[in-house]
Amino acid sequence: MVDWIVFIVGSLMALVGAIGVLTMKNPVHAALSLVQTLFGVAVLFVAQGAHFLAAVQVIVYAGAIVVLFLFVIMLLGVDRNDGLSGEPLKGQRIAAGLVGAIALAELILISRVNFVLGKASTAGVATGPESNVQTLSKSLFTRYLFAFEITSVLLVIAVVGAVMLTRKPKALDEGIAA
Amino acid sequence: MTAVVLSAVGRPTTAAYLSVSAVLFTLGAVGILLKRNVLVMFMCVELMLNAANLALVTFARSLNDIGGQVAVFFSMVVAAAEVVVGLGIIVSIFRRRKIGATADSASLLKG
Repeated sequence: MVDWIVFIVGSLMALVGAIGVLTMKNPVHAALSLVQTLFGVAVLFVAQGAHFLAAVQVIVYAGAIVVLFLFVIMLLGVDRNDGLSGEPLKGQRIAAGLVGAIALAELILISRVNFVLGKASTAGVATGPESNVQTLSKSLFTRYLFAFEITSVLLVIAVVGAVMLTRKPKALDEGIAA
Repeated sequence: MTAVVLSAVGRPTTAAYLSVSAVLFTLGAVGILLKRNVLVMFMCVELMLNAANLALVTFARSLNDIGGQVAVFFSMVVAAAEVVVGLGIIVSIFRRRKIGATADSASLLKG
């Protein structure tokens, strides 16, 4: 009973936030709705015993990624109206809604059908006497150690890529000087 | 809906979590198709990523397998890297075209 209440509260938070991202006109409000969705998903993580991931969800997603979004919104000043009226493609919105409805029906159908699942606990048992953090870290630092180390390379590449991309291009610099 | 939910006993089922994940994913996908602001489209990508993460955690619980949670951990790292690079691209698009930059303006980055 309590589990169901937690589930309903968490999923309502997530879904209302997601609808907010779609309906808000101002990108800042959309970002704040995204925070609500991320917190809702974190609640669902806790309800399923993924405590470490819930903490990471709040710290990394809601804490870092959304702040990055807000920084870019403030930096570029995109919170104004983008001055677009009329549709570039006629009937695109209706088609998008239709595609979305079909996709939703398919996904719900698949999640209700008795799908084939793999063998249980191949990568290690999730529940046990140890806490979730210990179980996760044991798996991460033994079975998935190589992938974990490769992750650091990915992060370095992302940092170098961000510096390269946001550097002021030479042509713009000269244009300002001239 | 509420009557069914309240009469059910025990923990929420795998199908219930997967349904929430499906709705979240569809909202993200429809958002990408409908929105024209590049930043909001990017937020919708985050919604879809979160829906996938939720499904993975659900499978990790239903199979009693820690592998699903490890996969979510890696997908969070990839999401962080993706946001950094994606926002870099968006910033450079907006540098070239201040007002009314849409997803179509990405062609300005050519050359």
